[in-house]
Amino acid sequence: MKMSESQKVKIKARNVTVHYGEARALHGIDLDLNANEVTALIGPSGCGKSTFLRCINRMNDVIDGCRVGGTVSIDEQNIYSDAVDVVELRARVGMVFQKPNPFPKSIYDNVAYGPRIHGMAPSRSELDHIVETSLKRAGLWDEVKDRLSASGTSLSGGQQQRLCIARAIAVNPDIVLMDEPCSALDPIATAVIEELMEELRRDYTIVIVTHSMQQAARISQRTAYFHLGDLVEHGQTQAIFTNPENQQTEAYISGKIG
Amino acid sequence: MNDEHIVSSFDRDLAELNQMVARLGGMAEQQFAAAIDALENRNASSIETIITKDGELDQLEKDLNDRAIEVIATRAPMATDLRRILSAVKIAAVLERVGDYAKNIAKRSLVIISDETNRSDTISVGRIADIVQGMLREALDAYATANADLAMEVWERDQEVDALYTSLHSDLLGVIASGSEEANVSSHFLFIAKNIERIGDHTTAVAEQVYFQVNGEMPSDERPKADAASGATETEA
Repeated sequence: MKMSESQKVKIKARNVTVHYGEARALHGIDLDLNANEVTALIGPSGCGKSTFLRCINRMNDVIDGCRVGGTVSIDEQNIYSDAVDVVELRARVGMVFQKPNPFPKSIYDNVAYGPRIHGMAPSRSELDHIVETSLKRAGLWDEVKDRLSASGTSLSGGQQQRLCIARAIAVNPDIVLMDEPCSALDPIATAVIEELMEELRRDYTIVIVTHSMQQAARISQRTAYFHLGDLVEHGQTQAIFTNPENQQTEAYISGKIG
Repeated sequence: MNDEHIVSSFDRDLAELNQMVARLGGMAEQQFAAAIDALENRNASSIETIITKDGELDQLEKDLNDRAIEVIATRAPMATDLRRILSAVKIAAVLERVGDYAKNIAKRSLVIISDETNRSDTISVGRIADIVQGMLREALDAYATANADLAMEVWERDQEVDALYTSLHSDLLGVIASGSEEANVSSHFLFIAKNIERIGDHTTAVAEQVYFQVNGEMPSDERPKADAASGATETEA
């Protein structure tokens, strides 16, 4: 595995805590995520990995009673500072969810939606170009180019998920967050998405939450293991899955009663 | 780690592989001991049995490989589990080789036994064989108990074998070079000694695998010098 590339830190989390009301979901996470790498967040349900993921684009802000402490910086800028425009932030940090959630609109409009509201495409031809490029990058263009006006929901599950990826990257983000993006897909559709992630990391920093140890091992350069709101171990993926340093990590990835 | 898998049939799969290695180990030890015994006691009648029994080792190694492939395919093992399976496969290959050497020792012993002269080389070969048998037994114990320290003790002892072999080698080479009538039998002793020395080498490979399985890395390739304190190869974990 090539680990030598840039190694620039894209996302820097320091002492990140999250409370849902009185309950503390994250206990002061320090974590650096490198640019142009796929980082997999793993851990049992309720360990805080999805909560941490949602800190990176301030999705936790929309949850009632949720408080975030500490700092998360993207390119050295704290995204929790007052100066940050959250709408703009979410364009820079795209997100793909567990269940494909295309808008009940045409394939074209699904992808064009973001560029339109962000005023990225003054002319129709520029918008066409963004839609085509995004669908190509998401590996969906050849399958849908002749039916761009068909509804996004008419696609298969795997195609819908790629449409959501095209939608996320249409606004030209730096970072793509993925929350179990393949858990509702069959193995072939999963393989297509995984192949796509390898392509996408050339241009984007990818953070993925997954419950599949095999998937984490296959697609990520680094893996972070969360347990009960703590970051237990973080390191190169091949080391985590062949010889983890922490016994809890070993127990989890091996399917043992930890 | 002693924690059990949530899917208990996975534990049974791993235990089965361990048992197969233990069985192979027992068979290899037995074959090796029988070959040396045939030589030392000039017992030609047991040699045929040793030769046919080698097929059982070969078959068991194949069975173990098949089983290991099934377990890897169905369980997708990680970390220590993966190393356990890989070690089992590699150790099985080594034990199968030990069986081959034992068979070769038996075949050559037949020639030596059919020669009337009682050679003192039998005693020298027996001494090396004694040490290597002890090493093999302890390497298999180290495997059975996942004891990396014991494995490293075995690993270090191979130096003793090498020294004895080198000395016997030059004695035998002298006889062969003299062109005397004894040269033919000496050449068989030479090959037997070489086979035993090779079993010693293979035994260190078992020890290395035990170390790898426990620690997740191979021991450093430098074998400690004879005067190094025991435990010098411990990892600084």
